[in-house]
Amino acid sequence: MPGIQQDNRAARQRLFYALAEPTRRDIIELLASNGQLSATDISDNFAVSAPAISQHLKVLREANFVRVEKRAQQRIYRINPEAMSEIEGWVQEMTRQWNARFNVLDKILEAEKRKLKKGEEERK
Amino acid sequence: MNKTKITAESGRQEFFITREFDAPRELVFKAFTDPKLYTQWLGPRRYVMNLEKFEPRSGGMWRYTHKDKDGNEFGFHGVYHEVLAPERMIDTFEFEGLPEKGHVSLETAKFMELPGGRTRVTMQSVFQSVADRDGMMQSGMEQGINESFDRLDELLERNEKRRIKVRAR
Repeated sequence: MPGIQQDNRAARQRLFYALAEPTRRDIIELLASNGQLSATDISDNFAVSAPAISQHLKVLREANFVRVEKRAQQRIYRINPEAMSEIEGWVQEMTRQWNARFNVLDKILEAEKRKLKKGEEERK
Repeated sequence: MNKTKITAESGRQEFFITREFDAPRELVFKAFTDPKLYTQWLGPRRYVMNLEKFEPRSGGMWRYTHKDKDGNEFGFHGVYHEVLAPERMIDTFEFEGLPEKGHVSLETAKFMELPGGRTRVTMQSVFQSVADRDGMMQSGMEQGINESFDRLDELLERNEKRRIKVRAR
């Protein structure tokens, strides 16, 4: 079990590292809006050199963010849907955090309501 | 039981947080704009929240920091575009700890009156890109995991104290 947890953590760190670079974020955006693109198509969208883009694609591949498929002479890239399903995990975790916050807020609101009621009674 | 609902579709630049409260709209709005109430519920438990600037009015600014027990400080800031009591609040949000500046999101909170003196709050955050949104959600996740470890530590500590007590008898 600890091994799996560490693997997940390492995978998340790779994902985070991959996302920390602006060009790589742009590549993700590009793939998200186009579905799939060849390495050449991706490279054509950027002013930086083809080898630089190829390096970024390597980082994205290693982070499991994108998948590559060889078709004839071309390498076709697409976003890895499994990386995207991480979002569900993030949503669950965020829900838990906000629930905890809002449960505190519920108590604050109850106290404020009691204060208001008391104020009204005193005025009568 | 009031449940928090978070909606984040993959490939989109936004997420929504929705929650209902058993309190009238004016009061819920107050909890978002009164600094004394705001700091009581917003700060995550592993951090000390310091509200440095808080001007909840149209054109006002806000900044707060979260400090963890190791002394690391994380800053957040933005400006209020519109504060319309008690129904709407629009502001910008930027986390100061990102590798580069300029990744700002736009937050809109709507407060809707419901029958029976209840209120529904809907908060929308729109980011500049899908990657920005995903990065933000992911860092929230890491924070959550750390919080879980903190709780585990507390639990273990309590158990340890109990064991010592038992042994002392």
